Order: sequence, then structure tokens, then C-alpha cells
Amino acid sequence: MSAGIRRYAEVAGKDVIDHLYQLAKPLSGSRVVHINSTRVGGGVAEILTKLVPLMGELGIDARWEVISGPDVFYQCTKAFHNGLQGGPVTMTNEMLQAYEDANSAFAEEHRALLEDAEIVIVHDPQPAPLINRIGRRKGKWVWRCHIDVSRPHRPVWKYLRKAVSRYDASIFSLANFAQLLPHPQYLITPSIDPLSEKNIPLSPAEVQAVFSRFNLDPQKPMILQVSRFDRFKDPLGVIRAYRLATRFIPSLQLVLAGGEASDDPEGQAVLDEVRAAAGDDPDIHVLLLPSDAHRIVNGLQRASDLVLQKSIREGFGLTVAEAMWKGKPVIGGNTGGIILQVINHHTGFLVDTPEGAALRIRYLLHNRSRLDEMGLKAKRFVRENFLLTRHLREYLTLMLALTHGDGGRITLT
Amino acid sequence: MNPSEQGGSPARGRSAAKRGLAAHGGFQVKDCALIALATGRRAQNLRELRNGLQAVDAGSIDYHFWGARLRPRFDDPEYQNDFAAWARHALHDGKMAERLGVIDPTDFDSLEELRHELIDVIEERLDESESVNWSRSDQQFNFINSQIVVFDTHRAIETPEQLAPLVASLSPSSIFYHVIDARRRTPDSSDDFRAWLMGFGDTYQDLCAQIAGLDPFFPTLTELRDGLASLLRRYFGRRER
Repeated sequence: MSAGIRRYAEVAGKDVIDHLYQLAKPLSGSRVVHINSTRVGGGVAEILTKLVPLMGELGIDARWEVISGPDVFYQCTKAFHNGLQGGPVTMTNEMLQAYEDANSAFAEEHRALLEDAEIVIVHDPQPAPLINRIGRRKGKWVWRCHIDVSRPHRPVWKYLRKAVSRYDASIFSLANFAQLLPHPQYLITPSIDPLSEKNIPLSPAEVQAVFSRFNLDPQKPMILQVSRFDRFKDPLGVIRAYRLATRFIPSLQLVLAGGEASDDPEGQAVLDEVRAAAGDDPDIHVLLLPSDAHRIVNGLQRASDLVLQKSIREGFGLTVAEAMWKGKPVIGGNTGGIILQVINHHTGFLVDTPEGAALRIRYLLHNRSRLDEMGLKAKRFVRENFLLTRHLREYLTLMLALTHGDGGRITLT
Repeated sequence: MNPSEQGGSPARGRSAAKRGLAAHGGFQVKDCALIALATGRRAQNLRELRNGLQAVDAGSIDYHFWGARLRPRFDDPEYQNDFAAWARHALHDGKMAERLGVIDPTDFDSLEELRHELIDVIEERLDESESVNWSRSDQQFNFINSQIVVFDTHRAIETPEQLAPLVASLSPSSIFYHVIDARRRTPDSSDDFRAWLMGFGDTYQDLCAQIAGLDPFFPTLTELRDGLASLLRRYFGRRER
């Protein structure tokens, strides 16, 4: 067992790691290529940063390539992102041309790698049309959708579906997101890495340090939402919930911490709206953090009394599992993958409105024993279900299913 | 005594192989991994659920009763199958949830019988209802199926006395394979442990009866493993005395 993966045995258990080795054995030496659109920022990049090296340690020739393009390419892919999550968007011919051109350029640059790979896993819409440009595909191609596409803006999905239909399989985080497609649609929930900077245990001193660093008062109750500055994360709804709650808990302080992602051109506009809504309230702290501020996010999550993820659309919401891993109950939007993580009244509360969030904030901050009890349950739930090792196992299972058999049962000899 | 040394018939040999038993008569430990697949079929009210149940692959029904053992779920679910949970939480039909929740799949010899029971129970509820409740569009019932990948762990035991420590060391997914999945592989809907012990003639009949008494439906896989290991320790402890 290699050193990197051995560390996971300490968190997840040795039998879990043995299981991974056994599953990976028939895939030894296989070339698996992941493609997405950013190396830093956002959940997909975080997962691939860990998943790809671990696949390598299990004997798989795993690669990770990133598609890029001019600004108009990112405007187009952001429009795809918003449209797939149901927002009405308009895409100009210029945007679509930039999108197709970026995929053509990437295909030319990586043709040999993509033609020869046993498995190519294409993440989200940005590189989806690649399949149209690689005619001689030796291996299986899988489209991995991390977005809530349960109710997409139809013209956007119609455009994308032409490419997605050509894949051998697709992966969605929830069954609700599955679409009418002519191939198997696998269901795999994302995961957090318990050994990453964002999730490792911190010393009490390091947790305390975030209070002074961001001018927070350790004597006051603190609530936190960590997410990109994106309208689907409803940061304005969080501010409204905070304002409603402060009528009863005047000492409450709110932290809205957002990272930058290189493939999100709308972030600045939403950040401006959030700052305007926060106004001059000294207890609202809007933090724009660099994409590598993992340890700071870790400290903020541990320093909070509870965590919010009040999204109105959410593919999965890794920040929910991150907070729960730190023993924090989460008040989450009743949508997408949050529903899988926040078990209402057990690991947190699901809410549909800022009013609902305010009510649950007040309830938990007035019932500390309940808050602690829910936090313990939340941590256990993540340990059993949302760690990287489970995610890796499901990828291996899918790869075996695609390469070693057909039908409901695949017996490895 | 090793059953294979007694000279099993070819038919019995095939059966043993099907159950994952080693050719030499030992018990060979297998493990598995399950992956879920969306069928694309959804239901938004009871009538659509019934129609879906009539049409889906039997494997999907099995998944909604047993598959939860290997997927993210809370450790103490209110209902033991997905149909009942959906009736309660998405349709807000408490009566339907209770009637579906009480269905124990181990009472049925086949998935087809279980399918018919589900349909009967739902039709009964439809008959007594003036109207059908609808779920929110984002809370529809999604019929899910699964693929199972089975692999050899290269661990085996030769004698039943070795079972207790072996079972105690098995992964939850291995327990799933040898207990839950075995029901679909064995002609008498048994588990692999009993199937193997039956190969020793009447010697372990009483042990098999005790194992049959373990209800696999409510406990988690870890609880099931611990319960089975404890039963085996007690049994072989008494025999030694």
C-alpha cells in the first residue's frame, strides 16, 4: 500500500482501502483521462486534485487535462451553466463559435491521448463537444455532470444533448438530474477529502486566529456561508435570513466567504450586489478569498456555530459535507444534492425561504445541546457516506462495469 | 468433514460454484461493489408509481428495498424501503407509507411476487381515495436500478468452525454479497453461509435454523455482520464445551 493512500486507511478504515485495491486490480495500467475547465476553484477541481493521484496510486494511468479559451468561451460556458440550472439565458453565435473553437483546439492538441485512452471522463458542459471531434475512439467516453440539470432551460439542453448523446454513459449526482439519453446514466454523489487542507483537524489556536484575522468577535455567535458569489447560492437570501434572526439575536455575526473561480465571469457582479446589500453593517463580513485559501475556510467553518448553504439550485454542495465533517449542523436550501446531505431534523434543516432559515438559526442558537447533537450526527453521516474513498470506489465500479461487462452483474475472474 | 470429500454430484457442483463456493468445498469470500443507474422512469403520484412498478425491471424493485444498504442513507431511516419513504415525505400520504413500509421482502419467494404485492397495496389505496396526492416536481419518485461488480478476495476457510472469526472480519459489502445478494442467487432465497453449511448434511441444521432467524431487513450491514458473528461464536463455543 503506497504512503498516500495509506493515510486514508486511518480515517476510512483499512478494509475500505483493501476494497479499492481489489477493485482497481483489473484496471491496472488502463489510461483514464479526466477533462474539465479549471485546475483551481470550485468543487470539481478540488475533487480531481485528489482523485487523479489516488487513481495513480492504485495502478491506473490517470491523467487530468484542462480545456481553456478566451473570455468569450467562459461567458458561453457560464451561460451553459446557468441555462442548465434553469436560468433563461441567451447565447450569441459568437459565444457558441468560441465554445466550439476551444473544443476543436483542445481536440487537436490532445488527439493521440484521447484516441488511445481506455476511459475518458469529461466533466460538465465546457468540454462536452470534444466527443464530436475525436472520431477514432478506442475507449469508453463518459460525460460527468456536476450541475443540477433537473429543469434545464430547454434550448440550452437541446444544444448540449446532441453531443452528450454520443457518449457511452453519463454520470449525475442525483436521479432527479437524469435526462432522456440513449445510454446508461450512473448516479455518483461527490465527496470531500478528509485529508485536504480544507478538512484536516486544526489546532484551537489556528481556529482562534481566524477571529482576529477577519475582525470577528469570538464572544458573539457566528453563522457562515462558504460559496462562490453566484446567484444560485442565494447570498442575498442569506443576508435577509441574518437580518430576520438579528431581531432576536442582536449579537449575531454573519460571514459570507467566497472564492474566485477562473471560469466564472459573473462572480464580480454578484459580489458587488452582496456588498451593497450588506451595507455598513459591521457584523456582516463579506470575504473574497483566494482559491487556495483552504486552511482559512477550514478555520472559518470550525469557528462557526452553524453553517448555511441556502442555495436555490445546487448540483451537490460540497461545502455542506465540509461543514458537517467539522461537526456543524447545516441549514441548507431544500434543493439538489443538499437534500442528500442535510437530513431534516437530524444533520440540519432544509429550508425554502430566508424566513425558514432565520427560524432555524434562532432555534439552533437557542438550543445548544440540540445543535451539538446534530453536529455529531452530521459528522458521522459524512464519514459513512461522503468521503473521497467512497467516491473513488464508485468510479472504479463504473469503470469496471463499462470495460468488463454488460448487464446487471459483472463477475471478475 | 468436507462436503466435497463426500463426492458431490455434478449438479451440486454447479450449484456450489454459482453460490461462490470454492471447488474444494471451502467457503470462498467474495466482495462486491454496487453502482446505481437512473432508469429515467419517474412517478409524481400513486397512479404513476403503480404504472412504473408494472413496467420496471425487477432489479429496480430489489434496489429500492435492499440497495439502500450500500448507498448514502441515514443510519436510522424512518422507513425500510424507498416506496414508503416517498409516500410519506413527497405525497404526505401517511396511510400509504405505513402500508408500504410494513412490506417485508423476505416474505416473498420472488421479486415478481413482491412486485404484485406492491401493486395490490397501491391499488387498494387508489380505490379508497377520492383523489391522488401529487409530489412536488423536484420530489418525484425516481426508479433506480443497479449493477453489481463481484470479485474474489482470495480469502477462504475450510471448516465451519472458522466461520465466526471470518464473518467478524468481513466488509459490509461482503456481507451484502453473501447475505442480501445471495437471496437472488440461491434457489431457496437463502444466504451463502447456510448454503455452504447445508453441504455438510444434517450436521449444522440447527445452526442454519438459527441463522435463518436473523432478520436481515432492519439492521445495517455492520449490525447484521456483528449479529451473525456473535451467533456463530455462541454456537461453536457451546459445541466446544
